[in-house]
Amino acid sequence: MTTGSLTAGRARFRLPRRQIPVLATLVLLLVMYGIGVSQYQAFSNVQVIFNVFIDNSFLLVVAVGMTFVILTGGIDLSVGSVVAMTAMVSAWLLQEGLPAALVLVIALLIGPTLGLLMGCAIHFFEIQPFIVTLAGMFFARGMCTLISGASIPITDGFWTRMSQERIGNPQGNFVSISVLIAFVVVAIAAYTLAYTRLGRNVYAIGGNSQSALLMGLPLGRTRIAVYTISGLCSAIGGILLSFYTLSGAPLIAVGMELDVIAAVVIGGTVLTGGAGYVFGTVLGVLVLGVIQTLITFDGSLNSWWTKIVIGGLLFAFILLQRLIGIRYK
Amino acid sequence: MNDTMGRYRTVVGHRLFWPTAVLVVMLAANTIYRPGFLSIELKDGHLYGSPIDILRLSAPLILVALGMTLVISTGGIDLSVGSVCAISGAIACMYISKQTDQNSLAVVLTALAMALGVALVLGAWNGVLVAVIGIQPIIATLILMVAGRGLAQLITQGQIITINSEPFRAIGLGHLLTLPLAIFIALAAALLVAAFTRRTALGMIVESVGGNAEASRLAGIRSGRVIFLAYVLSAVCAAVAGFMMTANVSSADGNAVGLWVELDAILAVVIGGTSLAGGRFFLSGTILGALIIQTLTTSVYAMNISPQTSLLFKAVVVIAVCLIQAPAFRARFTRRRRNTPPPAAIADKPKEQVPA
Repeated sequence: MTTGSLTAGRARFRLPRRQIPVLATLVLLLVMYGIGVSQYQAFSNVQVIFNVFIDNSFLLVVAVGMTFVILTGGIDLSVGSVVAMTAMVSAWLLQEGLPAALVLVIALLIGPTLGLLMGCAIHFFEIQPFIVTLAGMFFARGMCTLISGASIPITDGFWTRMSQERIGNPQGNFVSISVLIAFVVVAIAAYTLAYTRLGRNVYAIGGNSQSALLMGLPLGRTRIAVYTISGLCSAIGGILLSFYTLSGAPLIAVGMELDVIAAVVIGGTVLTGGAGYVFGTVLGVLVLGVIQTLITFDGSLNSWWTKIVIGGLLFAFILLQRLIGIRYK
Repeated sequence: MNDTMGRYRTVVGHRLFWPTAVLVVMLAANTIYRPGFLSIELKDGHLYGSPIDILRLSAPLILVALGMTLVISTGGIDLSVGSVCAISGAIACMYISKQTDQNSLAVVLTALAMALGVALVLGAWNGVLVAVIGIQPIIATLILMVAGRGLAQLITQGQIITINSEPFRAIGLGHLLTLPLAIFIALAAALLVAAFTRRTALGMIVESVGGNAEASRLAGIRSGRVIFLAYVLSAVCAAVAGFMMTANVSSADGNAVGLWVELDAILAVVIGGTSLAGGRFFLSGTILGALIIQTLTTSVYAMNISPQTSLLFKAVVVIAVCLIQAPAFRARFTRRRRNTPPPAAIADKPKEQVPA
C-alpha cells in the first residue's frame, strides 16, 4: 500500500516532464489551427478537420506502426515501400480477377511477413535495423516495379464502395471508412502499449535493452513483434492508400518513411526509444496534415514550403526534447 | 597442406575478399551475358567502354561515400547528403544560368565557390546539431534531409534549370588524358582523404572518437571538433558530387538530384566493411562498395530490366553482404561446421603449444 502510494506520488511528480513534448505538439496544433481560422473563413468548417483525417488516414496507420518500432529504439525504413507494394499487389491481383476478400487477405499477409523476416534478421544476426529495413525498402520497391512499370487502376466493386462511402451526412460533414479503420488501429495500438505485457516490454526494451534482458523480458520476441506490427500497419496503410487513390502505382509513397518518422518525432516519441505515446503520433500526423492544409489554403505558397516547414518543426521539437532533457544520446 | 589452408584462410578472411568476389562475379556475369562488356576502345582520343562508364558514373557515389565513411566511423550517419547534392547543384546552375557568358571559366568557378560555401554552412549546421547540441545523428541530419529538398526546390523555384556551360559540363563529362575527368576528381578526393586520415593521426583520432567519444574526450581528444569536421567534410564531398550529377545532365532538378544517394552511400560504406557502429573505417572498401553498386545498376540497365527493379537486386546484395559480415551469422555458420569434424579443433591446440 505504502509503496503503491509512493510510486504514484513519484509518477505524478514526473508526469508533466514526460508529457511536455506531447503537450507542446498539442499547443502547436491548436495555434496552427487558430492561425488558419483567423486567416481563412472556410478554415473553421468542421469538414476541414475531417478532410485532414481523410487525406492522412493511411499515414496515421503507418505512423502508429512506426511508433512501436521507434519506442524499442529501432527504425523501419521500409514502410513507404511496403505501403506501395501492398497497394500495387492488390491492384494487380484485382486486375487478374481474384475475389476482393482473397486479395485483402493476401495483401494483409505480405507486410507482416516481410516485417517478421526483417525482425528475425535484426535479432538473430545482429544486423542494424537501419540496414535491414533499408534492404526491405529496396526489396519492396523493386517488387512494385517488377509487377508493373505503370499505374494499375482498381475497378473492383468492393474497393470503389470503400473509397466512396461517406459516413455522416453526405451533404454536410462526412468521413471515409478509412478514417474509421485508422481510428480502430490507433485504439488497438494505444491499448496494446498501455495495458498489455507486450506494450510494457516495448517500453522496457527501448528504455534499456540490457536491463530488460537481465530482467528476463523476451527481448527477441518483442523486437521481432514490433517489426511485424510495423509491417502489418504498413500493409493496412497500403490498403487504405489503395482505397484513397483507387490504383496501385510503382512510385507512390516514395519518401513516406520520412514523413512518418517526422510525424512520430513531432509527436514527442524519443528516437532512442523508451518514451512516447500513440496519442502523440496522432497529433504529429495532424500537425503535418494541418501544415499541408494551411499551405493549400494560402495558395501563394508552393508545395516545397511544406518540406521546409516540416524540417523546421522537426528541429524545434528535437531541440525541445533535448532541452527538457529527456534521455537523448 | 596446412600452409595452403592457412593462405586460403588469410585470403578469404581479408575484409576486401567478399566485396571483391562480388564485383568479379558481377563483371563475369555481365561478360557472359554480353561478350563485349569488358572491351575498351579509343575514339577521338577518349577511351570508351562499359568499364569506363562504370568508373565515370560511380564517381559521384564514391565522393559521397567517402564523406559518409568518415561520418559513420565517428559513430554517426549523414542522411542529408542527397539534399546537399541537390542544393549545391541548384545554386551552381542558378548562378550560371543568370550570367550572360555561361562559358566563362570565372563564372563557373564563382558558382562552384558559392555552392561550396553553402555546403560548408550546411555541413556546419549538421555538425553543430550533432557535436554541440548533442542530437542523435540520424535525426539531426534528417532535418536537413527533409528541409533540404524544399530548399533546393526553393532555389530553383520548382523548375528544372537548364544551363549551357562548357566548363561546368566538363565536371561531369569532360576528359583528361583519355579518361573522364570525373574519375580524376573522385580519385583526387580519395587520395586526399586517405592521405589525411592514414598519413596523419587524424584517422586514428576519428576511429577513437567513433569507438567511444567520451573516452576519447577524457584522453584529451576534442571529440566534438572531430565529429563537427566529419560532417563538414561529408557536406563538401556531397556538394562536389552534386556538381557532377548536375553537370552530367546540364540541368538542376531540386527533386531528382541525389535522390536516394544517401542510401547508396551508406550501402557502399557497409559493403566496404565499415561497421555502422563506428570506430573503424576502410576507405578502399568504401570505393569498392561504390563500384559494386554502380556495376549493379549498369548491369541492370544493360540487361534491359527497368531501372527501378535494380532496387530488388540491391536488396539481395545488401542482405548477402550484411549476412556474410555479421559476426552472429558467421558464428552460427562456423559452429555448425566445427561440429561435424570435432578433431580439427583439438588438433589445432597442440600445434600451437609446440613452438611455445
